[in-house]
Order: sequence, then structure tokens, then C-alpha cells
Amino acid sequence: MVTRGFFGRQPPPDISNRVPPGQALTDDFPVLSAGPTPKVPLDTWKFTLKVGPRPVKSWTWEEFNALPQTRMTRDIHCVTTWSKLDTPWQGVMIDDLLGDANIEPPTGFTLAHSFDGYTTNVPTADLVGGKSMVATHFEGKPLTPDHGGPARLLVPHLYFWKSAKWVNALQFTERDELGFWELRGYHAYGDPWREQRYTGDP
Amino acid sequence: MVISSSTRIEWQTATVKEIVPRTPRVTSFVLTPSRPFTPKAGQHVDVRLTAPDGYQAQRGYSISSAPESAPDIELAIERLEEGEVSPFFHQVVQPGDEIELRGPLGGHFVWAAEEGGPILLIAGGSGVAPLMAMARHRAASGSTVPMAMLFSCRTWDEVIFRDELLAMHRKRDGFELILTLTRDVEKRNGLHGRRIDSAMVTEATERLPTPPVLTFVCGSNAFVSAASESSVAAGVPAGSIRTERYGG
Ligand SMILES: Cc1cc2nc3c(=O)[nH]c(=O)nc-3n(C[C@H](O)[C@H](O)[C@H](O)COP(=O)(O)OP(=O)(O)OC[C@H]3O[C@@H](n4cnc5c(N)ncnc54)[C@H](O)[C@@H]3O)c2cc1C
Repeated sequence: MVTRGFFGRQPPPDISNRVPPGQALTDDFPVLSAGPTPKVPLDTWKFTLKVGPRPVKSWTWEEFNALPQTRMTRDIHCVTTWSKLDTPWQGVMIDDLLGDANIEPPTGFTLAHSFDGYTTNVPTADLVGGKSMVATHFEGKPLTPDHGGPARLLVPHLYFWKSAKWVNALQFTERDELGFWELRGYHAYGDPWREQRYTGDP
Repeated sequence: MVISSSTRIEWQTATVKEIVPRTPRVTSFVLTPSRPFTPKAGQHVDVRLTAPDGYQAQRGYSISSAPESAPDIELAIERLEEGEVSPFFHQVVQPGDEIELRGPLGGHFVWAAEEGGPILLIAGGSGVAPLMAMARHRAASGSTVPMAMLFSCRTWDEVIFRDELLAMHRKRDGFELILTLTRDVEKRNGLHGRRIDSAMVTEATERLPTPPVLTFVCGSNAFVSAASESSVAAGVPAGSIRTERYGG
């Protein structure tokens, strides 16, 4: 349906193929969180890989920062219709976490857990193969609490709620178990290019 | 509260029934969806505008009317200078126009009277929209759940839904309004004149008979961060605070 009188502020042609349908560019930093920003002290910070209920490896903040560091610059897309191009991140690739734990991806699905009790589900294939990291730096600076610091998951090719803030564990699961937002009406996968915003979208 | 149905919420058209200016920068648009639905207080719709060449812009807007007002829904939209969608609503949309939308959306930032209380609502500017739906729902359903709303605006003229909120407050039936005006030159009796802080949140919780079981905070990103931090500092358990951020 064409909306009477609407012509829109369209992105310049050279970047329009980087803006998924229904999204608009912003210079701000998109934020989506369900509650207040938790304070996560570094001396008790811990990150754990689990297979089902069983922990297979944990890192302290110091140990985590001694892992191989990777930088990646990606476009990110928030389900509230903001997109931001060329955001620079630094952190530890999921591939390197698995390598340090000496395991292959054990199951097809992953549930990411956060310090504030929230969860989000991502197929394991979307986390490995250079696609995803646990980010500790944004624009060269330590990640601020508002943006998920000290560490957040970064899965830039999915809607940004999948990039769980204040992440503290990845749990590999046999089945696709829905996370916090996914149980509350958001899409189980969340591909911005297919506009998988809400439950039941194609 | 968990949405278990996996049916897709489809796009549909809604007719603009009425346009009501609320403040110099905020106007309400009352829409009648072609396929009616009853929202929960706090939910939103996504609105989609389409240009003749197929270009589309999409934004979320909270439903500010009570579920009891269905099939009509009210969106209170603030005009942002240089914005793409909000100025379109303010400058172009007329009664009788058709707008594409889908909803109701969101299953976390919602409250129903049966869930009880007390409830604390903290709003910054147009962030009052989903909280107004909760206050109106309380009134329309005849609920006696104690509810306090702490509402921050720039000036007296920018207090969205001012007369309706003051009327609810004056009924003395368990709804309490605490206003703060951050940029008003005039001092007004009983009103605060500073940004929300923990003392103000404490004052709001003290107007409730017992501490709030749920606190809803809505507004710009910066407002929500500051207000939820003030709430935690005032002793509101972090796990009982639900936030909705409008971006920016
Ligand atoms: C769940 C949810 C519910 C919401 N509910 C409401 C509600 O009830 N009421 C409400 O008013 N809003 C609400 N919002 C916010 C709303 O979705 C829009 O973000 C808002 O209306 C701004 O959209 P816009 O198209 O007018 O501005 P945009 O075009 O998105 O611009 C946003 C800001 O960026 C600036 N900007 C953008 N592009 C440029 C540029 N090229 N140059 C300079 N500046 C630029 C604009 O000045 C503007 O201030 C809600 C958001 C969410 C996520």
C-alpha cells in the first residue's frame, strides 16, 4: 500500500544495499534491554562454556583477555528499526574460545546467558566460522555498561537483541531452546534481511 | 504474559479517526484498524510508510489508549525535527487517511489489572505513552491497584495528557501523580523542578501503601538509564524494573 503523501528520506544509493528492509540509518548507538543496567565487577567476572548443564571451561577476566584478540567492523541492525554501519569491535572470536577449550562445536544450538539472567538463542553455525565474538571493546575503548560491558556477545548478521549484553556463558543445547525475548514475541532466528522481527515472521 | 502462539502478526491498514494535539510537540492519532485487536496495556504497533517508488520506513509506536478502548488505538507521537516518520504524521496525516501497521507487539513491557500491584510508572516525555495505557486501563477496568506515576517533562505546557492525569490524581482512588519540570522557569507548588533522582523515586514509592511489585520505566535511552539507576539507588529491586527505550 502506498502511503498518501509519503516520499521518505532514502539512504544514498551507494549504501542502500547495506540497509535491510524497514530499517533506517542512525549515528546513535541502538539500545534494547529489558531492565536496568547491571554492574558487573571485573574481579568476579567469569565466562563459561557449557554443554547442556555441564560446564566445560571457564575463564576469569584476566584469562579471557589473554586469549587471541580479533577486531571486526560490521553493520548492525536493531529490531527497533535502527541500523548503524561500520561499527568497530574487538574481542575474542567464538572459534578461539572453542579452540582454547579444545572442543569442536558440540551441538547445533546455543543459548547465550547474561549476568542479569537474560538469555537468547542462536544456532551454533551462526557463532562459528568467523561470524561472531564476545566483544570487550567498541571503537577502541572498553565496552561501557550501557552497551553491555564488560563483555557482550556480537552476532552482527542477526538483529541486535541476539548480541546479548553482559554475557557470561554460552550453553550448547541439543534443541533450539527459546531465550528471554524469543519467548516474549520476538523471532527465534532474527535475520534482518528477511525481516524476522516477531514470532511467526517468515 | 508469554506469547506462545506462533501465528504471524500480519500488516493491515488502519483508518485515522481523529487527530488530537496534546502539547506543542506531541499529537495523538486515533486509529481504527481494519482487523480489530485488543492490546495489553504497554504494547506497541509497528507503523510502515511506503513511498510511490516502494521505499519503506518503519517505526514502533506505543499504544497509549486503554485496552478497553479497542477497536480504536491511540498513538501519541512526538515531532522530532529532521525526523523521517514523526514529522510526516504531524504535517501530512489527516483524518480518513489509511496507515499500514501491525500489532499488538511486545510481551514484556505489559501490565494487566489482574496482575495486581502496587505499580510504579516512571515516564520521560513521550515515554508516557505505554504508561498512560496502564493508568487508563486501571481507571477503565475499575481497578483499585495502587499506582504511582512519576512523570518528567520540560515545561508545564509539555506535560502530555496533563488534564487527564491530574483528574485521575484528584479522584484519590489510589492513583498518584508526581510531576517534575526540568526546564520550567516558574516554580509551581507541589511540583519538582529537577531531573529524576533517587529522592524523587523514594517519594513516589512512599505514596504507595507497600513497595511496588513492578516498576515500568519508559523514555529516551538516556532517560531510562538515569531513571532506572535512580530507582535501584532508591531501593527498588533491579529485577522488578522493566524498561522500554525509544532510542536516541
Ligand atoms: C517500542 C517503541 C515504542 C515507541 N513509542 C513511541 C511513542 O509512543 N511515541 C513517540 O513519539 N515515539 C515512540 N517511539 C520512537 C519512534 O519509534 C521513532 O523512533 C521516533 O518517532 C523517531 O522517528 P522519526 O522517523 O521521526 O525520526 P528518525 O528519522 O528516525 O530520526 C531520529 C532522530 O535522529 C535525527 N536524524 C535522523 N536522521 C538525521 C539526519 N540525516 N540528519 C540529522 N539528524 C537526523 C532526527 O533529528 C531525529 O531526532 C517508540 C520506539 C520504540 C522502539
